Amino acid sequence: MTTVLDVRGLSTHFTTRAGIVRAVDDISFSVARGQVLGLVGESGSGKSVTGFSILGLIDPPGRIAAGRVLFHGVDLVALEERELRRLRGNRIAMIFQDPMMTLNPVLRIDTQMIETVRAHARVSHAEARTRARDALGMVGIASPEERLSAYPHQFSGGMRQRVAIAIALLHRPDLIIADEPTTALDVTIQAQILAEMQTLSREHGTAMIWITHDLSVVAGLADAIAVMYAGRIVETGSVGDVLDRPLHPYTHGLIGSVPSRNRRGARLRQIPGLTPSLLNLPAGCAFRGRCARADAACASDPPATEIAAGHVLRCFHPQLEVVA
Amino acid sequence: MTAWLLRRLVQAAFVVLAMTVILFIGLHVIGNPIDILISPEADQADRARAIAALGLDQPLWRQYALFLWGMLHGDLGRSFVFHEPALQLIGERLPATLELAVSAVLLAIVIGIPLGLYAGLYPNSLLGRSAMAGSILGFSLPTFWVGLMLIMLFAVRLGWLPSTGRGQTALLFGIRWSFLTRDGLAHLAMPAFNLALGNIALVLRLVRSGVRETLPLDYVRFARAKGLRPARVVGVHVMKNIMIPVVTVLGLEFGGTIAFSVVTESIFAWPGMGKLIIDSINVLDRPVIVAYLMIIVLMFVAINLVVDLLYTFLDPRVRLEDRG
Amino acid sequence: MSGMAEIAPAAPETPLQRFVRDFTSNRLAVGALVVVLLIALAAIFAPWITPQNPYDLAQLDIMDGRLPPGASSAAGMTYWLGTDDQGRDMLSGIIYGLRISLIVGIGSALIAGVVGSTLGLVAAYAGGRVETAIMRLVDLQLSFPAILVALMILAFLGKGIGNVMIALVLVEWARYARTARGAALVERRREYIEAAECLALPRWRVLFRHLLPNCLPPLIVIGTIQIARAITLEATLSFLGLGVPITEPSLGLLIANGYQYMLSGQYWISFYPGLALLLTIMAINLVGDQLRDVLNPRQQR
Repeated sequence: MTTVLDVRGLSTHFTTRAGIVRAVDDISFSVARGQVLGLVGESGSGKSVTGFSILGLIDPPGRIAAGRVLFHGVDLVALEERELRRLRGNRIAMIFQDPMMTLNPVLRIDTQMIETVRAHARVSHAEARTRARDALGMVGIASPEERLSAYPHQFSGGMRQRVAIAIALLHRPDLIIADEPTTALDVTIQAQILAEMQTLSREHGTAMIWITHDLSVVAGLADAIAVMYAGRIVETGSVGDVLDRPLHPYTHGLIGSVPSRNRRGARLRQIPGLTPSLLNLPAGCAFRGRCARADAACASDPPATEIAAGHVLRCFHPQLEVVA
Repeated sequence: MTAWLLRRLVQAAFVVLAMTVILFIGLHVIGNPIDILISPEADQADRARAIAALGLDQPLWRQYALFLWGMLHGDLGRSFVFHEPALQLIGERLPATLELAVSAVLLAIVIGIPLGLYAGLYPNSLLGRSAMAGSILGFSLPTFWVGLMLIMLFAVRLGWLPSTGRGQTALLFGIRWSFLTRDGLAHLAMPAFNLALGNIALVLRLVRSGVRETLPLDYVRFARAKGLRPARVVGVHVMKNIMIPVVTVLGLEFGGTIAFSVVTESIFAWPGMGKLIIDSINVLDRPVIVAYLMIIVLMFVAINLVVDLLYTFLDPRVRLEDRG
Repeated sequence: MSGMAEIAPAAPETPLQRFVRDFTSNRLAVGALVVVLLIALAAIFAPWITPQNPYDLAQLDIMDGRLPPGASSAAGMTYWLGTDDQGRDMLSGIIYGLRISLIVGIGSALIAGVVGSTLGLVAAYAGGRVETAIMRLVDLQLSFPAILVALMILAFLGKGIGNVMIALVLVEWARYARTARGAALVERRREYIEAAECLALPRWRVLFRHLLPNCLPPLIVIGTIQIARAITLEATLSFLGLGVPITEPSLGLLIANGYQYMLSGQYWISFYPGLALLLTIMAINLVGDQLRDVLNPRQQR
């Protein structure tokens, strides 16, 4: 399989008056053609910042402090803004979390779609409109021709997210970064969109990074999972590895807190404590304050260790027993 | 929509009616209408005739009815000074005031929007900071003092611009305008800038805070993630949203600009209706005062109505709602 | 970071200490406050500190008319800021003018504050038709610019200090009423008002002893800014010749007097009173801005 995106040691820091926030701290992962990577973590763990870092959309006071983002072997971090812009929305597309907020409320749908087409393709206005209409049809919007001249507020949340997906698909990107695109939607619509995205990925070979806090979403969708905690990836592996043979205590905690049918009636386990502030985070494992297995060793940074093929872990005390 | 418009029209009519009552009370109850409406130079016989003619021997409600009746026929009395119908006097000077006020609003747009945009995009730059500091000055400096300083600098010290008057005018649609000749433009420059100062500060701050608020919004990030050029992101996605409050506020301020031209016209001896009203108050030419106030109130009500309509037109979210 | 050491103060702060500390955190505002106090002192003690009584005609020498700043009189006195057309020392004239400007500005702001706040509180507390009537009037008033309302009132009443103050009060009351009502509506829902009502305290007592003190902070902020606005408006009206009479010249009138000489290059007759006006307004506004930041932490940006 060809690797589409290879992130190596990426760190994104925000300099605030109170100190440096290491929102993303030395993370590495890769995505191959047609593969879906689930990037999982609690809110504030740095998932979204990772997505924006790949696209080079980090604004001051934030900056990419270290690392490389290799897209088809080209380092996006070193790329000029102009060249980066040619990739955005074209080879790499992004879908945002809140469909109510991603479309500009005062511009018509056709304006927002046509500008995307013409940002990357030298086509006439009419041709761009045709492409926009076809893209709307592809994501299952009925009578796309009429819907083109509507404003975003005339659409429901699910429809708006379809429009956003249609915009992302306009140029058949090699990589789609989806930042919790179904979180704000009803469960039924969520399932529909998940299924459609999966089909798209399979049929067109589009690589996808699916950012979510919800393990149950990626369970059925992703090929690989990376678990993020406090700006670091603590565990990576195939879906089977991470969900069935989790090693990191935090991954255990996440899995334990998902309701499931065969544990009905049992109390949902909760991870004790709160996510630490990323501001001036001390060295060592960031999870140690909430971890039952933590000891003196955890005060130093656990190195990334490949436990099994493709199953990478950052922990001194892997938890081997299987969760119920 | 029609029902909404109708209701707004009825409201406007009520405001105008309320103003006639206030004016009537001012004229007939607080002041002595005989002194106010009859020239002090009139002799005894003239006075008696005038009292009868004006119906001042009638009960108050009848007098009000007469006052209203006259107003409906455009009869607001004759000026004691010019011996011309008051309304005609005002009408002759209205174009000069409108020219000044419109120029001021245009200046506010041409200077305020780019500066505000820059200050919003680069809040920490020297120009951005100076623009903000300058806008505070623009708010707190007394208009008339700034006018004097402008004259002192540009007319007295540097001798670049003429200090007073309208300069050479040219005919357009049967009305004389200053902006059509070079000399007229030179005369227009200082008063227009003086009158614009407050509005420039206002627009600058509105645009700046609008940009600061809009930039981090999802739809702006999404627009950037689509690979649009910065010029398009700012010029279309950001600006279109900011223009709604700017147009609304500028529209509402237009009435205030006309009212404030009283000061500017007095300083620069601009022969508009503001200068006329000050002269009239000084010589107690009350019919002109009443006519001026009535015209101003009508303009205000009309402006508010137009701004409301414009707002509806600009914001699709309002436009399509049922406002009936 | 040295911030850790400052976290725990030795003794709990009183609200006043906290207010003083918050206010003094902005050096510009402290400087502005000092300027305001100096201006106020100068105005109060004008007769004792000015080199000359500008309205005692016996002290004026027409031969000293329109002398530039720094010139000396025949009697050897230095006119630091020059003289006006009647040989009046500008510095003395400005300090006396400040007096009038401050009296009119502060006086009208106070009266408007009392009238407006009372109406606002009554509107919030009474509700129903009373509230609708008062607030409609406020809206109508605020939809017209201050200068227009003032012009209208002066056109009917005529000139004079008293009439200018009436005009300023009528222009300003609405803002206080709106602020007081807004604050009172928030406070009304609090438990202590309910408690006071449960105790069957008389309405006026609940209104003025319980509701008013808790609505004061925003009113103080508005009041400060309104004083600056009143001074500006008075100066503008006087400049237009519609304000104070020539016998009691405020800063605005002094500026107007110098206007005709400015075109011939004798700038100081207008310039220095303008500078004094500017300094006063800016200083009051800066103090007001800082008060707003300190007293209404919610509005902080």
